[in-house]
Amino acid sequence: MENIASIFVKSIFVDNMIFAFFLGMCSYLAVSKNVKTSFGLGIAVIFVLGITLPVNYLLENYMLKEGALKWLSPSLASLDLSYLAFILFIAVIAAITQLVEMIVEKFSPSLYATLGIFLPLIAVNCAIMGGSLFMQQKAFNNVGESIGYALGSGVGWLLAIVGIAAIREKMEYSDVFPPLRGLGITFITVALMALAFMSFSGLKI
Amino acid sequence: MSKLFSEKTKQFFMGPLGKNNPITVQVLGICSALAVTANLKPALVMGVSVTIIVAFANVIISLLRNTIPNRIRIIVQLVVVAALVTVVSEILKAFAYDVSVQLSVYIGLIITNCILMGRLEAFAMANKPWESFIDGLGNGFGYAWILVVVGFFRELLGAGSLLGFKIIPQSFYDMGYSNNGLMMMPPMALILVAVIIWIQRSKNKELQEK
Repeated sequence: MENIASIFVKSIFVDNMIFAFFLGMCSYLAVSKNVKTSFGLGIAVIFVLGITLPVNYLLENYMLKEGALKWLSPSLASLDLSYLAFILFIAVIAAITQLVEMIVEKFSPSLYATLGIFLPLIAVNCAIMGGSLFMQQKAFNNVGESIGYALGSGVGWLLAIVGIAAIREKMEYSDVFPPLRGLGITFITVALMALAFMSFSGLKI
Repeated sequence: MSKLFSEKTKQFFMGPLGKNNPITVQVLGICSALAVTANLKPALVMGVSVTIIVAFANVIISLLRNTIPNRIRIIVQLVVVAALVTVVSEILKAFAYDVSVQLSVYIGLIITNCILMGRLEAFAMANKPWESFIDGLGNGFGYAWILVVVGFFRELLGAGSLLGFKIIPQSFYDMGYSNNGLMMMPPMALILVAVIIWIQRSKNKELQEK
């Protein structure tokens, strides 16, 4: 249990998806113009990460890894299907975003109204695919740890996007040098935020 | 031959290199551009891989464009791209193992690189294979040159070397010069891209945002 909690905290601050690995940067820059929509997108990312990562974890450990098919029959123990990881992971992500979209639409129209437009976007958000691939690399011990990692990364992403959106809202009123206006100054702001987050990197949890 | 290289197709190639650059103007494919540029070599390999994948994915989708049902087109595109990325990743593992270790997950992340989805949706779904191929090459190179420039400065200033070879002579270090370790950190990639955007937009006034 402590292990899961430490993975959770670590993936929010130390291994923050945006500031340490630049995952999900495209939608991060495109949708961070105001706090409300970026909060919606952040929640959607937590949601999809929280579902896809455990599913991909199970796939990885009971199907793809070398010897993972042992439970089916001992003769399959030498099979290594890990080269199929990319295709399977992306198929799972696309299918789950589609499913989540349909479920949310059916049971909570008000949530759908806020999240709906973002869900298709998330299928191609590198944060989800990146999360799955990092999870594969980190080789967690059980599903619980992968859920902790998924939720922690999601919360870290939410924190990052709400932060930049708040700063950009304020920046609307400042007089930025014309060539840097818009994209340029946003990059520099993200860099400064990343510098601030680097101070967490020595944290031992 | 003249039909293959008409003014229009030339424009498809030249546009993304400059005024329609995928990174600095369309803001696509930022994640990998920032993450792999700490050294020049992975940046080069990444640029070449993305160029090849965009070009061929564009051709394949363009050939299939009339047969793909509209509702499931995103999934079809993803599967085509994922297959190509798997091939490239296996080739890298076989022939350039150290680079593939350095690139780690970012090779897999080419699948969700927005440049690919953007070009497939916006161009390949509506154009013929040859034009799509040229468009893919153009966007790939437009992406690659930014990576190479950022990788060049980060490795030169951060480690004093290029492609692993020492460039800054020992006498400089003896005089008190030292490498700027901050260049190796993620934030400097953002700053360098911001500087490229700054230079490009001071030259092309029409790109400036209001």
